[in-house]
Amino acid sequence: MKLLRMKPGHGEIVLAEGDVEIPEQERELIEAFRRELDAGMWAAVPLQGSSGRRQAELVKSFDDVPRDAERVIFFPRAAGGDASAR
Amino acid sequence: MALALGTAAVVLVVLVWELMRPEMMRALSRARALWAAHARGPEPEGYDPGRERRAEQRARALLASCVEPEDWEMYRDLGLLRVWGGLGEDRGPGAGYAYLIYPHKPIVAYVPSTGELLNEYCVAFPDHTRPFGSARLPDSDDVLAKWMALTADERRLIGEANMHLPGRQIDPDRVRRDLTRIERWERQRAGGAPGSVRAA
Repeated sequence: MKLLRMKPGHGEIVLAEGDVEIPEQERELIEAFRRELDAGMWAAVPLQGSSGRRQAELVKSFDDVPRDAERVIFFPRAAGGDASAR
Repeated sequence: MALALGTAAVVLVVLVWELMRPEMMRALSRARALWAAHARGPEPEGYDPGRERRAEQRARALLASCVEPEDWEMYRDLGLLRVWGGLGEDRGPGAGYAYLIYPHKPIVAYVPSTGELLNEYCVAFPDHTRPFGSARLPDSDDVLAKWMALTADERRLIGEANMHLPGRQIDPDRVRRDLTRIERWERQRAGGAPGSVRAA
């Protein structure tokens, strides 16, 4: 499993990578996951929906991440945009 | 005598001016350039003009790996992404409403069957840590963030957004043109014709 974070001016960076079946690596993944949520990020898992179409799932805890998920993507939380921007 | 001396002095001054003028103009030009550079301030440390382009390439690869292949092709060719509405029904073709996602512009809700524009949802994903001097995600990351938030929790994203009537930030004529482009793109794709509506 890879934990990725979107970064302005960079694209995504790999925060952590490991096998959830190996306790030490899972611990590192959980710590990195918590750090990002504490920093106010949203976490999404891209997956195949029940209809067969690709979609994402927002997760609030590492326990919510499917064990077979390949990636968790962190991105800044949504905020109402600036209505006078344009 | 005085007239002759005066004339000679004037001629001398003109000659000296003509000889010095090119050098003076060059000096003036250098001074202007120095002043302009001073006004701009120092170049950012470690400035890399290719950074944004590489960031966008990474973001496009990530987007392509997350969305449906045909959705990626639509974004690649038209510069926007369509997401079917999913509240109260199955998300997918045939949904009663859909969204158009543009990079760093509001999400536009519309009725696919009629083309009627419903609302603009202004939403942003500012990274206040500003790791590279800007809070703005690359274009394709912004699109992917909107896609993930919409497909995961449509109600929450719409709740966070500032809602406006169509036309507040995106010209409704532009949106209607984009809907026509999507229609044409899908027709061509279904017919197997090579796409001729590729975005610039």
